[in-house]
Amino acid sequence: MADTSWWVTFPQMERETLVGFRKALDGAYRDFSRSYGDAIEAFFEPLLFFLVWFERLLINAPWWAVLVVVCALVFLVGRSWKIVAGTAVAFLLIGYFGMWKDTMSTMSIITVCTLIAIALGVPIGIVMARSDRARTIVTPILDVMQTMPAFVYLIPVVMLLGIGKVPGVIAVVIYAIPPVIRLTNLGIRLVDRDVLEAADAFGASGWQRLVGVQIPLALPTIMAGINQTIMMALAMVVIASMIGVQGLGQPVLRSITNQYFTLGLLNGLAIVALAIVFDRVSQAYGRRMQLQYERISNV
Amino acid sequence: MSEPMIDIRGLCKVFGGAAETVMPLVREGIGKQELLDRHNCVLALRDINLAIPAESIQVVMGLSGSGKSTLIRHINRLIEPTYGDIIVDGQSVSGMDASALRAFRRNTASMVFQGFALMPHRTVRENIGYGLKVRGLDRDEIDTRVSHWIDRIGLDGFADRFPTELSGGMQQRVGLGRALATDPDILLMDEAFSALDPVIRVEMQNILLELQAELRKTIMFITHDLDEALRIGDDIAILRDGEIVQQGAPQDIVLAPADDYIAEFVKDINRGRVIQVGRVMAPITNGTTGPAISHDSLLEAAAIALAEAGADAGIVTAADGRPVGAISRGDLMAAMVARATAGN
Repeated sequence: MADTSWWVTFPQMERETLVGFRKALDGAYRDFSRSYGDAIEAFFEPLLFFLVWFERLLINAPWWAVLVVVCALVFLVGRSWKIVAGTAVAFLLIGYFGMWKDTMSTMSIITVCTLIAIALGVPIGIVMARSDRARTIVTPILDVMQTMPAFVYLIPVVMLLGIGKVPGVIAVVIYAIPPVIRLTNLGIRLVDRDVLEAADAFGASGWQRLVGVQIPLALPTIMAGINQTIMMALAMVVIASMIGVQGLGQPVLRSITNQYFTLGLLNGLAIVALAIVFDRVSQAYGRRMQLQYERISNV
Repeated sequence: MSEPMIDIRGLCKVFGGAAETVMPLVREGIGKQELLDRHNCVLALRDINLAIPAESIQVVMGLSGSGKSTLIRHINRLIEPTYGDIIVDGQSVSGMDASALRAFRRNTASMVFQGFALMPHRTVRENIGYGLKVRGLDRDEIDTRVSHWIDRIGLDGFADRFPTELSGGMQQRVGLGRALATDPDILLMDEAFSALDPVIRVEMQNILLELQAELRKTIMFITHDLDEALRIGDDIAILRDGEIVQQGAPQDIVLAPADDYIAEFVKDINRGRVIQVGRVMAPITNGTTGPAISHDSLLEAAAIALAEAGADAGIVTAADGRPVGAISRGDLMAAMVARATAGN
């Protein structure tokens, strides 16, 4: 009877072994976070300092000054009055409905996360494009990052760093970085081989090739990746608020627990408004670059 | 002839994994197909020997798959040789380390590509200055040199356009300008004009010949077009299945094709514009009179000269004006229409 039981029930690991395995892993990680937690926290200290400084700057500056600066940036990057007007209306409505402060918090964290994602993601993408081995290593990691539920990697991050802005930023960056890495890799790999051969034939060094040819030609694709990264970072706002990140996610979380439909809807719409502004601006920028490269002259 | 500028010695190229191990077989003369079937290697070039004198235009002609683009990429080592060496100006190209090779590409040999290979994100000015920028010259220096070349190759007014705004012929002018701007000794032209319309192609050939008369570069010119080869080549090497099947002056190839393959190529050629009188003249006989015709004038020009003088024959003269032979209308006509097989 005992001999044939594997036929009926899956021959799984002994329950004690499994418990032991989990305990061992948990214990090891706990020990790791106890002994290195402070050091790691100290490592992220400058980041926290910057986050707090930037958030305060946005919140404490007069609203009209922020509005003017945002509109100016939007115009510089997107070169479209339509987008500037839309941005102004969106921000005025957000302020009028009392969500200015939360929006500033969200904007500050999204900006920082995006910058970190670009600063890490573009170089990783470049390495991936230059070496097939790097690509075979990085691709599955990106797959895991994109499919692993955010809550799962929130656990170790919170265990290590507690609750607050820094773990929030780490969680958002993990979630949002894959597109910029993937599209940097893709963009560089798609650069015309003939043009690269020409660069070689004129004696360009590896660095001259990268900076003078590959990155500029990949830039429209890289921009599409950055756009996706920003969108994904915004999508993480609510989840990040669960580990203490200030911003538009907090009221959404509150309205889930208390069933405040309107509060949730308004803050949700504010996130959407931010997303649309970021999206239109970065897309307009990407399109502008694309046009410059592909100006067609068959008139 | 003094030391050749480019000396290709015993060059072999095998593409495929076990390239090193199959080299002995290649030297024993294994067939291309057998090599592919048995060893999964592609034999691209077999024992190429070619000495190119300085300041001359060496044309390498062949059909697609003959290995001509592979051959030209060995000169600046965009492709590594499997065996053999290329000596440029006394220096082995395969022996160069990375930085010497970069210096060689920056200063000595530059390249013009079939597909132009211009940088779409740079203006005409920036494209032409690319080689100089890579070399690290300062902006003013680059600007002066680039302006000179823009003027020289007829791109005035296009300096700040992007390549995609230009026609094919214009784009290849940029490609030529980019290659010449670094003032290299060697110009490598990989089917540089093949992508252009016939009229534009001839125009570009003229530009090249004009520039060459003044600049005296050593040029390796790849083409699949025999007319083009005969027109611009001082010397032509015909490549077939990775081997040179014939090499010589244009008129030698037309008059004495080495095999049926080449004979097939040259049979439709306008011989009057390739062959020189000196090659087909008859010995001088007493009593021959007529206008003096230089030994190196083309048959067509000689025919015109005879017709204009109303003479039946002419005296062929050497460079110093000494009579060396005679040519009659009949000889001229026979030489112009003779089938290639007659030369064998």
